[in-house]
Amino acid sequence: MTDPTTINLTVFVLAIFVGYHVVWNVTPALHTPLMSVTNAISGIIIVGAMLAAGPEQTDFGAILGLAAVTLASINVFGGFLVTQRMLDMFKKKTPKEGKREA
Amino acid sequence: MTANNIALLYLVASVLFILALKGLSSPVQARRGNQFGIVGMLIAVITTFTITHNIWLIVLGIAIGGTIGAVVARRVEMTQMPELVAAMHSLVGLAAVLIAIAAVNNPSAFGIHDPLPRGNKLELFIGTFVGALTFSGSVIAFGKLSGKISSAPVVFKAQHWVNLALALVMVGFGVAFFLADKGDHWLPFTVMTAVAFVLGVLIIIPIGGADMPVVISMLNSYSGWAAAGIGFSLNNTMLIISGSLVGSSGAILSYIMCKAMNRSFFSVILGGFGAAEGAAATGAQQKAVRSGSPDDVAFLLSNAESVIIVPGYGLAVARAQHAVKEMAHKLHEKGVNVRYAIHPVAGRMPGHMNVLLAEAEVPYEQVFEMEDINGEFGTTDVALILGANDVVNPAAKTPGSPIFGMPILEAYKARTVIVNKRSMAAGYAGLDNELFYMDKTMMVFGDAKKVVDDIVKAI
Repeated sequence: MTDPTTINLTVFVLAIFVGYHVVWNVTPALHTPLMSVTNAISGIIIVGAMLAAGPEQTDFGAILGLAAVTLASINVFGGFLVTQRMLDMFKKKTPKEGKREA
Repeated sequence: MTANNIALLYLVASVLFILALKGLSSPVQARRGNQFGIVGMLIAVITTFTITHNIWLIVLGIAIGGTIGAVVARRVEMTQMPELVAAMHSLVGLAAVLIAIAAVNNPSAFGIHDPLPRGNKLELFIGTFVGALTFSGSVIAFGKLSGKISSAPVVFKAQHWVNLALALVMVGFGVAFFLADKGDHWLPFTVMTAVAFVLGVLIIIPIGGADMPVVISMLNSYSGWAAAGIGFSLNNTMLIISGSLVGSSGAILSYIMCKAMNRSFFSVILGGFGAAEGAAATGAQQKAVRSGSPDDVAFLLSNAESVIIVPGYGLAVARAQHAVKEMAHKLHEKGVNVRYAIHPVAGRMPGHMNVLLAEAEVPYEQVFEMEDINGEFGTTDVALILGANDVVNPAAKTPGSPIFGMPILEAYKARTVIVNKRSMAAGYAGLDNELFYMDKTMMVFGDAKKVVDDIVKAI
């Protein structure tokens, strides 16, 4: 049976490769939205926060977990919404989207 | 839900996050990409609700955080994006630290063996210190970007030795935590975390304003690694994948920014650039410059066939993007070919200028990256430089100059160069800019917004 850490390491290394290739294709004009959407995605830490906030017996750790849930939610909502707002600005100026693609 | 089903749903979420980043390869697909990201996050959170307790308290936390996030996202001005991004990095860092403390306190809440196995301790150690560094470093970066603290580099004697000593202390206590038994591990863990917070501050204070694009990208990367570190501790592959995506994204952006300044990553991080050389350059010889009024500029622009606008940080500070768009629009109506040239490090974060111009509804067909437009300056009548300095400094072509080798926008090749600056003060690199003294250059002093408004009136 493979050790979970080994599996985690495998996933980690492969994900870095995926990230590397995907991010190099991002157009420089969208580097600011890239940063804000990665802010939102790193808000995925909310999953860890939710587990911390909900042990079977509520303790001091659960309070920290709830605080972390709140912080991570700011990132998730703030990140995705501000990204959407910026991307809408980039869209506004191209009423005929198909034209540019051609 | 079974562990397998949860893992599969987390996999779906991870794939959606990858698609969110992939979408950003073109402005047309980017919005759909962002929606993929939102769906991924929803799946991840709903799935996690099935395996945790205190549901209503968690919902309350999400509601509070979500409201704050939504309000900020709606209200923030595009010129403030660098600060917002820095602030959000700090939140991820702090959340990582809080989760790590909770995990040390009660591993069984995360399905980790209690007492903590050594392997998990190592992962928690890494997750915690990266999180703490990210938090305090981002708070300082936020302060510098928002002007709440001075953006000038703070340097003191033996700074690097102090940092190195602190890093060793931090690792030492990390090892002590690793070896300690349950019950004894709080002291080393707390000291290690505290030292990491201090170190985060010390790493960022020596870095000055114009290096912020690198810093903010680097902290972006750290916030991803912090999330991945927590993923390792919790054996959660979705956290590892998402964290790695963010981590590599930030690392690539740091690399692009460093390359655009022709500086090594370490020279930026070690900081202090411009502090010594700046002192030497000020008080340099007083050379004559030709200065003109907004009316003169309006005349030159109206009679040009082609104009390239080079926006810089000064434009962002003055919030002149809408005025610039209006000016370009008027010129366009007169048949002038107006384009924009963006240097990769213009502004305070990657892509900052593009977002400002997008906000002002400048069509992105008119906005060009450095490599695509540099060949065009030679056949352009007027290069109009608004609040940029080092990125157009021809000294970058002179061997021996501190910025030698930095790729620049070749604005000096245009037939006429107009430079708007607030004063003759040197740019971030502390260098004199010979472009300002060329015969074909006209300087227009003043706040970018006011100057551009006056130009618009005069056209």
